[in-house]
Amino acid sequence: MSGNKNDIDRRHFLRNGLWGACLAGLGAAAGALSRKSSAENTVWQIDPEICVACGNCATYCVLEESAVKCVHAYAMCGYCRICFGFSGPEPYDINEAAENQLCPTGAIKRTFVEDPYYEYTIDESLCMGCGKCVKGCNTFGNGSLFLQVRHDRCLNCNECSIAAACPSGAFKRVPADEPYLLKRVDSVRNNTAGCKPLRSRRFSNGVDIA
Amino acid sequence: MIRLVYIIIGTAFLLLSSGTASGFERFPPPDFESGYQQPTPANPAPRRNIYEYVDTAVLLAGLSLSSYLVLRTRSRRAILALCVFSLFYFGFWRKGCVCPIGAIQNIALSIFDRDYAVPITVMLFFLLPLVFTLFFGRTFCAAVCPLGAIQDLVVLRPISVPEWLEGGLRMFAYVYLAAAVLFAATGSAFVICRYDPFISFFHLSGNFHLLILGACFLLVGVFVGRPYCRFVCPYGVILRQLSRISKWKVAITPEECIKCRLCEDSCPFGAIRAPTADWPAHDYNKSKKRLAFLIILLPVLVFSSGWIGYALRPVTSRVHATVRLADRVYLEETGQAEETTDASSAFRGTGKDIQELYAEALDIQAGFGLGGWLAGGFVGLVLAGKLIAVSLRRRRTDYQADRAGCLACGRCFEYCPQEHAKRKLAKDN
Repeated sequence: MSGNKNDIDRRHFLRNGLWGACLAGLGAAAGALSRKSSAENTVWQIDPEICVACGNCATYCVLEESAVKCVHAYAMCGYCRICFGFSGPEPYDINEAAENQLCPTGAIKRTFVEDPYYEYTIDESLCMGCGKCVKGCNTFGNGSLFLQVRHDRCLNCNECSIAAACPSGAFKRVPADEPYLLKRVDSVRNNTAGCKPLRSRRFSNGVDIA
Repeated sequence: MIRLVYIIIGTAFLLLSSGTASGFERFPPPDFESGYQQPTPANPAPRRNIYEYVDTAVLLAGLSLSSYLVLRTRSRRAILALCVFSLFYFGFWRKGCVCPIGAIQNIALSIFDRDYAVPITVMLFFLLPLVFTLFFGRTFCAAVCPLGAIQDLVVLRPISVPEWLEGGLRMFAYVYLAAAVLFAATGSAFVICRYDPFISFFHLSGNFHLLILGACFLLVGVFVGRPYCRFVCPYGVILRQLSRISKWKVAITPEECIKCRLCEDSCPFGAIRAPTADWPAHDYNKSKKRLAFLIILLPVLVFSSGWIGYALRPVTSRVHATVRLADRVYLEETGQAEETTDASSAFRGTGKDIQELYAEALDIQAGFGLGGWLAGGFVGLVLAGKLIAVSLRRRRTDYQADRAGCLACGRCFEYCPQEHAKRKLAKDN
C-alpha cells in the first residue's frame, strides 16, 4: 500500500468528476424536460362520448363515495314524461314511487313542469356515480345524462383507480382550467363533433408538443 | 295500457336506434309555455394551480430544513418533528399525491410519449430531492418523504438484518424500478401508484388488499426499520447512487471517532459500517481472480437478463389495456370465449376495425420487446454491479455511516460520546 496517498487523490478526483457529471446530467435533464413540460396542471375527466356507463366509477374510486357523479345537460333533455334514465325500461307505473325508480339511491328528482313535460334533477349528495341512469338515457333518450368527475371531490391521484379499471378508455387528463367535458346540444346535432378517437394511452393529456 | 306503451316505445326505439350511436337527439327539447327556465348547474373547479406551487415551495423548504437539521443542528428531535410535519402535510393533507416516487413514472412517460407533457410541479417534485441528495445525502428520506415518515414512527424494536439478506432483498427495488419505468414508458400503468402501500392510510379509505399490504409493511416495520424504503422504494435506489457521491454526508461523530463501539447497534437500518481489518495476502489474490471473473460475467448477465425481459413480453404487455382488449376480442372472434366483457363490448360499440386493434396491440407488444431488453439489461447490470461490489473490499479506520444506505434519520448522533462532550462544551460556554 505504498501509493496510498496518490490513491486517495485519484479517488477524490474521480468522485468530484462524477459528482460534476451527475449535477450536469440533472441540469440537462431539467432543461430537456422543461422544454416538454407544461405550466398547466391537468386533472382527470370522463369523455362522455366514449363512456359506456359500466358502473366501475361507483366502486373503483379511492374515495369512500366516488368523485364521479351524474350530470344533466338540461339543454339536451327532452323532458319526457317516461324517462328511461329515471324509471328504467320496465317500470310498474309512471310515477315517482320508489319501485319505479332506476336510481339505487333515489338521487334523481322528477318534477312536473307543464303538460306533458317533467324536469329531472340530480341530487349530487345522493348520487354515487353508478351510471345506471346514464345507460337508460343513452339507450332510449337524448343522452342528456352523463358522468363527470366532480373536482370538489376528486383527489387528482397520479394514477386514477377508476381510469385503470375503465373498460372503454374514457378517462383522460384534461387541462385544469377546462376541467369538464360537458355534453352540449351542438355536439349532439352533429353526431361526431364531440367524439374523439379512442386513445390508446390514458395518460396523454393531448398537449401538442411539436 | 302500460304494455301498449312498451310496444309503441319498442317500435320507436328500433326505428330510432338503427344506425345511431348514443346521444342522438331523439326527442327535441320542448318549447315551454309556462315560462320555465332551465337550471344551469355549477361545476366545481379543481384545486387551483397556485396550490401546486405552494406544495413545491413546502417541498423545497422541507428539504432545506431537513438538510440543515441533519448536517448542522444534528438534532434527532428536530428531525423527528419535521418528519411528523411531512407526514401530515404531504401525507394526510395532500393525500400523498404527487410524490417524487410516483413522479418517476411521469418523467418516464414524458420521455417516451411525445404527446405527454409533464406538469412543471411534477418535474420539480422529481428533481429537487435528487439535487439535494447530490449535495447533502438522503435528507429527503430522513424527514420529507411521507412514506418514510410513517414508517419511521413505527420503528420500535428494530432487529438487524444480515448484510447478504439486505443486499438480496434490495434487488427487488431495482426490479421494481425497471418494471415501473417499463410500464409507465409504454403508457400501460403507473404501478408505483397502484401498489403504494400507504396511500390508503393517507386517504383514510381505499382498496382492502392495499390496506392489508400497508398494515403488513407497518407491522414488519416495527421490527425491520423502514422495509419499504430499504427493499422496495424505486426512488430510494436512485437516491442511493447519488448519495454515494454527495458533497456533504452524515457523520456519526462531530469529532474524531474514538472507536468506542457505542454507535455500533444504534442504526435500525443497518447503515453503520465498522472499521475493517487489513486484508490477508492470500485472500487478496483469490479476490483478484474472482473480480476478473465477475467482470467477464457482467456482459453475460446483462445480455441474459435483457433476453428474459424480452421473452417475457407476452406477459408484460398484457398490463396494457389495449393488448388485453385485443386478446379478448381475438378469443371472442375465434369462438374460444362466449361472453363479451365490458371492454370488448365497449370496443365493438365504437365500430372500430378489429384488424386495426390487432395491429395496434402488436405494435405495443413490440414496444414491450424493446423495453424488456432495456429493463432486463438494467437489472442484469445492477446484479453484476452488486456482485462486483461485494468482492471489493474497502478500508475503513473508524465507524462510518454507509453513504448509500444512510437515511439520515439522526438516531446515531446521541449514541456518540464525542457528541455529548461537544454539546456540554457548547452549553458551558
